[in-house]
Amino acid sequence: MRRWLRTPLGTHLGTEADRATFRTLHNASLASPALRGGLTVDSAERAAPHLQALLAAPALAITDTDGLLAWEGIGTHHQEHATKLAEGTLERGATRFYDRVDLECGQAGCPLHSAVVSPLVVDDHLVGTLQAYAPDTSAMMVRATDEVATWVSGQLELAELDASRRRLMEAEVRALRAQISPHFIYNSLGAIASFVRTDPERARELLLEFADFTRYSFRTHGEYTTLSEELRSVERYLLLEQARFGERLSVRLSVAPEVLPIAVPFLCLQPLVENAVRHGLADAQTGHISIRAADSGTECVIEVEDDGAGEDPEKVRNALAGGADSVGLGNVDARLRNAYGDDYGLVVETAPGAGTKVILRIPKFAPGVHT
Amino acid sequence: MTFDSAPAIVAVTLVTLATLTIGTWGLRFSRTTSDFYVASRSVRPGLNASAIGGEYLSAASFLGVAGLVFTSGAEMLWYPIGWTAGYLVLLTLVAAPLRRSGAYTLPDFAEERLASRGVRRLCSLLVVSIGWLYLLPQLQGAGLTLELVASAPRWVGPVLVGTVVLVSVFSGGMRSITFVQAFQYWLKLTALLVPVGVLVAVWANDGAPRADLSQAWSLPIGTDTTTGLYATYSLIAATFLGTMGLPHVGVRFYTNPDGRAARRTTLVVLALLGVFYLLPPILGLLGRVYGATPASADTLVLELPGLMVPGWAGDALTGLVCAGAFAAFLSTSSGLAIAVSGVLSQDVVVPLLRRRGSRFGGVAAFRIASLVAVFVPVAGALLTPSVGVARGVALAFALAAATFCPLLLLGIWWRRLTAYGAATGLVTGLVTTGSAVVFTISGSRTGTWADVALTQPALWAVPLSFAVMILVSLTTSARIPAHTTRLLVRLHTPEPTLASPDRRPQTSSA
Repeated sequence: MRRWLRTPLGTHLGTEADRATFRTLHNASLASPALRGGLTVDSAERAAPHLQALLAAPALAITDTDGLLAWEGIGTHHQEHATKLAEGTLERGATRFYDRVDLECGQAGCPLHSAVVSPLVVDDHLVGTLQAYAPDTSAMMVRATDEVATWVSGQLELAELDASRRRLMEAEVRALRAQISPHFIYNSLGAIASFVRTDPERARELLLEFADFTRYSFRTHGEYTTLSEELRSVERYLLLEQARFGERLSVRLSVAPEVLPIAVPFLCLQPLVENAVRHGLADAQTGHISIRAADSGTECVIEVEDDGAGEDPEKVRNALAGGADSVGLGNVDARLRNAYGDDYGLVVETAPGAGTKVILRIPKFAPGVHT
Repeated sequence: MTFDSAPAIVAVTLVTLATLTIGTWGLRFSRTTSDFYVASRSVRPGLNASAIGGEYLSAASFLGVAGLVFTSGAEMLWYPIGWTAGYLVLLTLVAAPLRRSGAYTLPDFAEERLASRGVRRLCSLLVVSIGWLYLLPQLQGAGLTLELVASAPRWVGPVLVGTVVLVSVFSGGMRSITFVQAFQYWLKLTALLVPVGVLVAVWANDGAPRADLSQAWSLPIGTDTTTGLYATYSLIAATFLGTMGLPHVGVRFYTNPDGRAARRTTLVVLALLGVFYLLPPILGLLGRVYGATPASADTLVLELPGLMVPGWAGDALTGLVCAGAFAAFLSTSSGLAIAVSGVLSQDVVVPLLRRRGSRFGGVAAFRIASLVAVFVPVAGALLTPSVGVARGVALAFALAAATFCPLLLLGIWWRRLTAYGAATGLVTGLVTTGSAVVFTISGSRTGTWADVALTQPALWAVPLSFAVMILVSLTTSARIPAHTTRLLVRLHTPEPTLASPDRRPQTSSA
């Protein structure tokens, strides 16, 4: 504040060139968020005003390969030309310049006599065009349009990158879904089989639990589910494991009923509980697992704890960073961060011989997160 | 009139201990369950409705209504009617879509609906303003009560309530908040129902004397025929439309599993409130019959049992009423403090800490926020003059009605609402009702039209906010958020009528 006051008035605004640079950068930064959504009518309409200001052209159009997405500025009756010019440019794949003949509109006093059309390229594919319309065209205008089109292409490539990162994450969830361990299926069916003669009623119950568990895990729709649904699936899983391990596995759940309706990422608890069962019973004769979900103001705190062998914190750090050792942990962590931000990653408290406790914090509301 | 302070002190101590105990140990009860299927034990509408009732029935309902009916007559019945009917509006227009939006607080709803951080911040400011405005009369009422029944200095009440609220937040008491608040509802109902039953019996035993009531007292509109009608309608507008914008009401709806449960809960709330609000007017009328001369209108409920029933029985009833009153201060204050802390921590404390490079967890931020959320209204209660518990609360309702009501109704039912429209409408409501609040708290009454319009601003301020919100939205129609249609479809699509597909025939297992 004080430093600003000491700056002599008149110089802190910068020279005309400084201000022009600033305006250019500012317009670019305004257009950028829209373009990061990919090339759609909505994103084109939001970006077009800023791109028009950037180029200082009376009119500007954005098309994709099929036709016009947005027209910004005067002379909207030229919109029909946009598609035609786009086709011509897309055939040639390079920036082209059109004049009066191509833009015949028959309206008296229409100032738009020339157009510069530059292709938008993402990953070596032509995806659309950027068109600047003006009374006449200078070489500078052609170069500027070309540059802006290159910059827009860059932004669209970033959008494509975002989208593919999201697709990767979804693919991982799908993998996780299909990743019910074969051992688990084999062991569960074995445990059920052992009850068929001695306790047919229980065997039937367990089979139904098994069916419900697989139905939930193979569910294909929805990125989010409610904590209630997720916990129900975890309970089924634990019932099946208990059928197998009997007295060896003891489980305690304590869940505040207030947090049950919260939206959570699909299969965010299942892998953690599986890990807990595995670690809890690894070397010991008996294992104890406790799952707690508590209300904490604007968020919910979920803890999955086992009293097993524990692990080297360094190994856990590797797993969280995406190491191959434990696919579940790293995947859950990445999805939590992706949905709620970096503050909401997994917290793992463990040491050799001291058991493991995994803590998730889930905000009750996050934009775009719903079941 | 002098009070034996012992029963009151015992009652207040018991309520405080019970609140803290249930808050801390409520979770422990559920902890002993080792059986499965905790996941299907969501909060039932009945329990949640009791909790909403417990949080909602504030000192204004418990003490204020009886006092107002006693002093000003039948026109004051509009307060309890409005406070109940607000839930009818909530039930029909807001409850289910608000739940389906997935929003926890009202700022969350604004962000989800309008995709605007700016509107979100504005809403946060409003939540904090409404919350503090609502807390102020609660704390002042606590001061008044303890002064009367325990001869404590005026500052003891606000400080005690503030401390208990903070202790329960810090000790994790909010973890089983639903049980605490549900308990408070039934405590409050008992604390009025038993004395009312006894006092009515005493009255019948005395030969059911009739009060000498003037014509003006029994009229359901204001005595001044020109401005009285306006004031009445303005009160109706504020209370009918303000309920949906109260910060501590909105967050409770999040506990419902889905939109249908939200509706059912609201229905039960209507019944619970309806039963409760039958009682205070009876006390007000009995006060008239027995010619009570309370120290202030708000203390009628506390003084009446002692006046009508002499001896230890009267002391016991006074103690019970004190317990109820204190439960009212505690439950409403903690509900509000938690709602305000939530918003403060999310939108002020966490961003501030992050900017300073500090990495406090959510819990620490929430505690810092709760300190601020409690300290400011306690200081305010000690420094500003009281305008009466019910009237003070009515101002908070007016502010909520002129800001969140248009935002919620238009946000849920009108797809052309834009962030600009919402922001200008909210600012309009804040400026109009905000200046009315300042005027009411500071000013002296003259009884002129301008005076009445400013002390009861809802009838002109609410339509004004609606108009501004609609007009600005229409002029900025290019800025309708892109996801609007999709979101509105989600808000209005009922949950599948069949229960979840996992439902299967239950068989008895050995």
